[in-house]
Amino acid sequence: MTIAPTDIQAMQLSVKVGAVATLAALPLGFYAAWLLVFGRFRGKLLLELLFNLPLILPPVVVGYLLLLLVGVEGPLGRLLGMAGIRIIFTWKAAVLASLVVGFPLLVRSIRLAMEGIDPQLLQAGRSLGAGPLDLTLTVILPLSRRGILAGSSLFFARSLGEFGATIIVAGSIPGVTQTLPLAIYDYASSPDGEGTALLLCLVSVVLSVAVLLLHETVLQRGKAA
Amino acid sequence: MELELQLRKRQGAFSLTVDLTVSGERLGLFGPSGSGKSSLAGLLAGLSRPDDGRIILDGRTLFDAEKRIDLPPERRRIALVFQQHALFPHLNVRQNLLYGHRRCPAAQRRIELEEVADVLGLTPLLAQQPAKLSGGERQRVALGRAVLASPRLLIMDEPLSALDDDLRHRIIPYLRLVSERFTIPFLFISHSLLEMRLMTERVAVLEKGELRAVVSPEELARQRMGQQPAGYINLLQVGPPRQTQGLLAFPWAGGELLLSDATLPEAGTVELSSKEIILCRRHPEAISARNLLPCTVRHLFDAGRKTGVELDCNGATLIAEIVPDAAHELAITPGSTIWAAIKASAFRRL
Repeated sequence: MTIAPTDIQAMQLSVKVGAVATLAALPLGFYAAWLLVFGRFRGKLLLELLFNLPLILPPVVVGYLLLLLVGVEGPLGRLLGMAGIRIIFTWKAAVLASLVVGFPLLVRSIRLAMEGIDPQLLQAGRSLGAGPLDLTLTVILPLSRRGILAGSSLFFARSLGEFGATIIVAGSIPGVTQTLPLAIYDYASSPDGEGTALLLCLVSVVLSVAVLLLHETVLQRGKAA
Repeated sequence: MELELQLRKRQGAFSLTVDLTVSGERLGLFGPSGSGKSSLAGLLAGLSRPDDGRIILDGRTLFDAEKRIDLPPERRRIALVFQQHALFPHLNVRQNLLYGHRRCPAAQRRIELEEVADVLGLTPLLAQQPAKLSGGERQRVALGRAVLASPRLLIMDEPLSALDDDLRHRIIPYLRLVSERFTIPFLFISHSLLEMRLMTERVAVLEKGELRAVVSPEELARQRMGQQPAGYINLLQVGPPRQTQGLLAFPWAGGELLLSDATLPEAGTVELSSKEIILCRRHPEAISARNLLPCTVRHLFDAGRKTGVELDCNGATLIAEIVPDAAHELAITPGSTIWAAIKASAFRRL
């Protein structure tokens, strides 16, 4: 059993993809949750369905749809290509895959926190002179803090385990786009990779348990406050 | 303050229709729960939108369906104090107090933190978190926060209902003090007649979403006497008492009132229900009631199933209630003299 440099890179890449995806998803997730809780517009139900779709679709389907969208021939891919940006089969594609697949979890968690805010606090804020944006930043954001933290850790954990969508849009290029789950898959399907596969599994378990612990701590503290 | 309202609003099966022009600095909105009081407050503050009509406050149009004017709540400068204090849990007392103050246009900002904190007794609490405060303290912070926004109108929506009786009477002086000291006109919403009398000078009566009357709180209390479980509450201003045989003797109307309630042995207000007054045609020779006051009947008024009797007690006014039969039997008519007997335990200090 040996640990190749690409295995270390797989670990690093997993953490990097997870972190970047989480940071990128946070503002989007906050806005999406805000729209679902406080927005008043037609088609809200449709939007809600759309946000939740990745939760019920097989990740492979999500990955394939993303491939169609941002692939070299896809509408978005062509647009980005003109700007000299290629996403497909780079680590950015892995971020995109994680982002889309984990998005419903993040939105759900932030949304629950927002729905728990006493509407009278919002009315008080408005009547005291805060406009909608001001109120969002000074009341809604701080009072959704725990939901944001809990949602982020859940999202990060989900992105560490992302496989189906990632393998389609990012591929499994060792040292470039191969994240931990993809590396494990590779080792598991090669005749003498059993030991390394198990070791990487252990790393994966340790990482996930750490994140889950953080998540639970945040939730527990939320209950106490 | 002058308030002109013409509003229509439907919410499911409930509909609110109000057509009202009032002026005054201490207005009341009275009605049972479910009568639409809070809905009306929400419409005034811009938290919900009327279906039709207009709202004009001191000549400034806040809402006009025809002219398509609808100022958002943050630009109406109408501050609210709710039944539940609604303090921001993530901010300390000082930050809560300053929330509206910071957002008030500098030109209209005329009330400062130190002064309000001083008047409301909040100075030692400024660094505290709201969760650490008692109910009365929270409500004082909520009041201070609303006042510090230098609002053109302060709406107090049942601000005392969540407090117990004792606390309620300790908050009322703060409410009055603040509005007088900082000259902020207010709309006081409540289902309590007593609070209306203590707080307001004009009262709009709302029932089932419709405006029934605009009266003085005194008139309202007399009209509603028969329906109130506690009757009409006489509010008597008494002087500093002296101790006498286990009772307190408070100077009142040229004579003295004997009270067994010794909670506050100082000058102030004493509460007496109209139900606690027994009227006697002649001087009862032997009676256990410690107070026997000679009175003249000023006039009688109808109060539902009861008859209200306005008494002149050496220049001061007392309201008693009796059943119509008794009025007839005792031949109580305006101008007749009568004895009012009151037990020493019937009074309550406010």
